[in-house]
Amino acid sequence: MKRWLAGLTLGAVLLSAQAAVDTFEFSSELERERFYAISSELRCPKCQNQNIADSDAPIAHDLRNEVYRLLEDGRSDEEVVDYMVARYGDFVRYRPALNAETLVLWFGPVFFLLAGFLAVFMLVRRRQRAAKDPLDTILTSEEQQRLDQLLEEKKSQND
Amino acid sequence: MRRLLLIVPFLLFLVLAGFFLRDLLSKEEGKNELTLPSPLINQPFPAFNLPSVQDAQQHVSRDDLLGKPALVNIWATWCVACRVEHPVLNKLSAQGVVIHGVNYKDDNAAAQKWLRDFHNPYQLNISDTDGRLGLDLGVYGAPETFLIDAQGIVRYKFIGVIDEKVWERELAARYQALVDEVKP
Repeated sequence: MKRWLAGLTLGAVLLSAQAAVDTFEFSSELERERFYAISSELRCPKCQNQNIADSDAPIAHDLRNEVYRLLEDGRSDEEVVDYMVARYGDFVRYRPALNAETLVLWFGPVFFLLAGFLAVFMLVRRRQRAAKDPLDTILTSEEQQRLDQLLEEKKSQND
Repeated sequence: MRRLLLIVPFLLFLVLAGFFLRDLLSKEEGKNELTLPSPLINQPFPAFNLPSVQDAQQHVSRDDLLGKPALVNIWATWCVACRVEHPVLNKLSAQGVVIHGVNYKDDNAAAQKWLRDFHNPYQLNISDTDGRLGLDLGVYGAPETFLIDAQGIVRYKFIGVIDEKVWERELAARYQALVDEVKP
């Protein structure tokens, strides 16, 4: 029973996800997949938190038509995306292009992650060193000298 | 020294907050938060060859837009905000501002009726019934207005309703500068 329900739900989800594609007739399965991949990576300019595959806005509909037309025309995926960017700007890419303006966007998180690792690494090493030789870190050099002196005195007294 | 390191996260937070604040304040100055920067700025106005709204036999092309700086206004009868904008365009055209229209994805009969009823501020009026020119222009919501120079280069784009304030703040000086460019 449970398995049945899961299958049914999955089917419903898959069907609804492709609802927007159904009006087009593709020359091949590959074409259909390319269409869906591109239109789910293009952001709808009017409804800014949706891709054009999921949006019901008239502009999204127009852009889907255009993607379909360009693909049928034999353009490559990259050409289709560039075509849209030339008209609507970098904004329509959900996957931003790698250029000088987007360097921080692409590598900022990696940078912060590495900085975090470095900080943790340094902290851990400092603690380990402190645990191995606690006196080392507690005494200043003058205190160490004084200690040596005292030990030396005691030694000579014992002798 | 170690103490100073502790305030680094706080400084990062301040920087981030500063960015958010800047964005927040820039939007309160009456800018539409949905406004996208147009990649067409400083690019030539796209080529087209489309019938005019008034006469389907008469075709308009990019060459017809050249010679004088002009506003190119994207409008449609289904666009509610365009109705608000229309009287302002009438007034500007009466003052001698060159305005061309692109009737975007509209019904031609309705467009002609609109121009009869509300007065026609447009010198050329391009009928873009299937929205192809609109797509080349990156239009995603009427009204949108492009400012082009005498060579047909797009110099500025305004998205939203042009009212007197917008004209004064965003467009008047830019338009005048282009007019001055033509006759030094």
